[in-house]
Amino acid sequence: MTDVTKQGLVGERPGREAMIGAHGTTERFRGGRKRRRRGGEQLMVPPAEPVSYYGRPVIKAPVWSARDIAGYLFTGGLAGASSVVAGGAELTGRPVLARAAKVTALGAVSVSGVLLVHDLGRPERFYNMLRVFKLTSPMSVGSWILTAYAPFAGIAALTEVTGWFPTVGRGATLVAAGVGPAVASYTGVLIADTAVPAWHEAYRELPFVFVASAAMAASGAGLICAPASETLPLRRAAVLGAVVEQLAAHRMESHGLVSEPYDLGKSGRLLRIARGLAIGGAVGAALGGRNRLVAAASGAALVAGSACTRFGIFQAGMQSAEDPKYTLQPQRDRLTAAGR
Amino acid sequence: MSDIDLKAMLYGLQPEVAKDSGHVDAPPRMGFFTDTSLCIGCKACEVACKEWNDVPEDGINFTGMSYDNTVSLGADTWRHVKFIEQPKALGNNFSGLRAPAAPSVDLGMPAFAKPGETLGEDGATEFRWLMASDVCKHCTHAACLDVCPTGALIRTEFGTVVVQQDVCNGCGYCVPACPYGVIDKREEDGRVWKCTLCYDRLGEGQEPACAKACPTESIQFGPLDELRLRAQTRVEQLHAGGVLDAQLYGESPVDGVGGDGAFFLLLDKPEVYGLPPDPIVTTRDVQSMYRHAAAAAGALLAGVALCFVGRRP
Repeated sequence: MTDVTKQGLVGERPGREAMIGAHGTTERFRGGRKRRRRGGEQLMVPPAEPVSYYGRPVIKAPVWSARDIAGYLFTGGLAGASSVVAGGAELTGRPVLARAAKVTALGAVSVSGVLLVHDLGRPERFYNMLRVFKLTSPMSVGSWILTAYAPFAGIAALTEVTGWFPTVGRGATLVAAGVGPAVASYTGVLIADTAVPAWHEAYRELPFVFVASAAMAASGAGLICAPASETLPLRRAAVLGAVVEQLAAHRMESHGLVSEPYDLGKSGRLLRIARGLAIGGAVGAALGGRNRLVAAASGAALVAGSACTRFGIFQAGMQSAEDPKYTLQPQRDRLTAAGR
Repeated sequence: MSDIDLKAMLYGLQPEVAKDSGHVDAPPRMGFFTDTSLCIGCKACEVACKEWNDVPEDGINFTGMSYDNTVSLGADTWRHVKFIEQPKALGNNFSGLRAPAAPSVDLGMPAFAKPGETLGEDGATEFRWLMASDVCKHCTHAACLDVCPTGALIRTEFGTVVVQQDVCNGCGYCVPACPYGVIDKREEDGRVWKCTLCYDRLGEGQEPACAKACPTESIQFGPLDELRLRAQTRVEQLHAGGVLDAQLYGESPVDGVGGDGAFFLLLDKPEVYGLPPDPIVTTRDVQSMYRHAAAAAGALLAGVALCFVGRRP
């Protein structure tokens, strides 16, 4: 007990010396801790060691809405790859395809802009993205890529539709074709640069999955709009895109435990549908692409497959963030492997 | 600016965190040392934080998670006291839990355990209650700050990480970037919020509200270097006292986030407290990510271009 006496303070407790353990205990209790060795079988199952705090997630799942951000991953990819298709069509004299691809690119990039701004908590402050340029922030880099890309995609489409300034239009088409691939691929970095296990661990493969998926979407859109005489490159691109996507996705899903969400639940369903649509669309385009109807149906399957891929990957990230084991287990394994 | 090491900006040892962010003549880096062995679970820190920072109500829930109805850190919870109940002794301490004093009437029913099997020799059973006040870690390499596209998240002169609420546009990128799940979006407000380490109080030479209110000095505030020394002494003291589980968490300046500005003394593995055992700042890999994305973009351009090669049929 602390007390103030004429001799001063007695029994004062030291400031930061609160002791847990031996110092506060007696031999009796220490003796009491020693258990008799029990003979025979242990009856009670030892309590399972808690692996998390009441099963709560360790990291926060993204606050992004699937419609906005997965939708953006899809429309951004469609826009970027469509611009590349537009460039190819422009240079090889495929007028209907060029027009369709330019209009698709402008439409898709416009939708993606709306989706991105809509997802902000403070949409009226969207321009704050354009007040800084930060290399460590893929979203900042992406904002600037979009800012560089969108005007050229817009000029390309408007000059095409109106017929005004054809030389300017041709230049803008080629610039958009050059920047478009960046629009389609940086989104892989965007979601990988997070603590979400299924996304971060797949950072090497995600950009390849996304550009392949984008190539399929743009091919699909072109197959719907352009006559068979102009779509041979698209049929090739659809097959190439489908093959690359399946290969890259297979690698993306080979990271052990953290890849599990790609196979489970809503994400697994979406990605299985995506795979079916992609393969079906590519085969349809390759074998029956000369038939207008088959081409359009295959094109629709490719576009839908690309959308399902984006929503599936988005959903896999959400699932991997919401279960603590995907965050905790790989880290614990890493420590164990390092002998810590 | 030319003497700044690019790699050290993203990962690894970074002793001059404020200077690295452009602060000239910065004061020593300030932080928290939360010694959970002293926490009594009073939640004064939660209340003081809410009062001082005008943090809104975070839900009136009954969770069944021991005494924790707050659940987790978030936009409206900047200090969070966790409660863990374990059938385990704390060091050599006596739990105080005993078998019922009154002898039970023997009805001759079969028992599942032999008398004395589940209890100690003196009839005492084992139990310990872990309590820990969690908070934003104010990482040396803060993923939230790295990925913020507006510059709303900044490094202060004290080396802490703060959201500028007049700049944040609620993009939410910081939320999944944080390896600890600290920062979150306040839905009705649209922006993200987290512990500021009471930046306004620090500017006035005062300690943060939670540390001020803590009655047991479980939450200690001060220059980070000093706190690390103090923590080292404390953990040795606890080991000597038989609490062999005592361990520091987030104090190492060479861990995956370059060390936490707010670190902890824990009495069990980090997972038990819902803390990631080996967090790594996601932006460690950002250069490699960009390289892969650039390769993919090149592949898309080349691949589609190749498809256009050849004579028209």
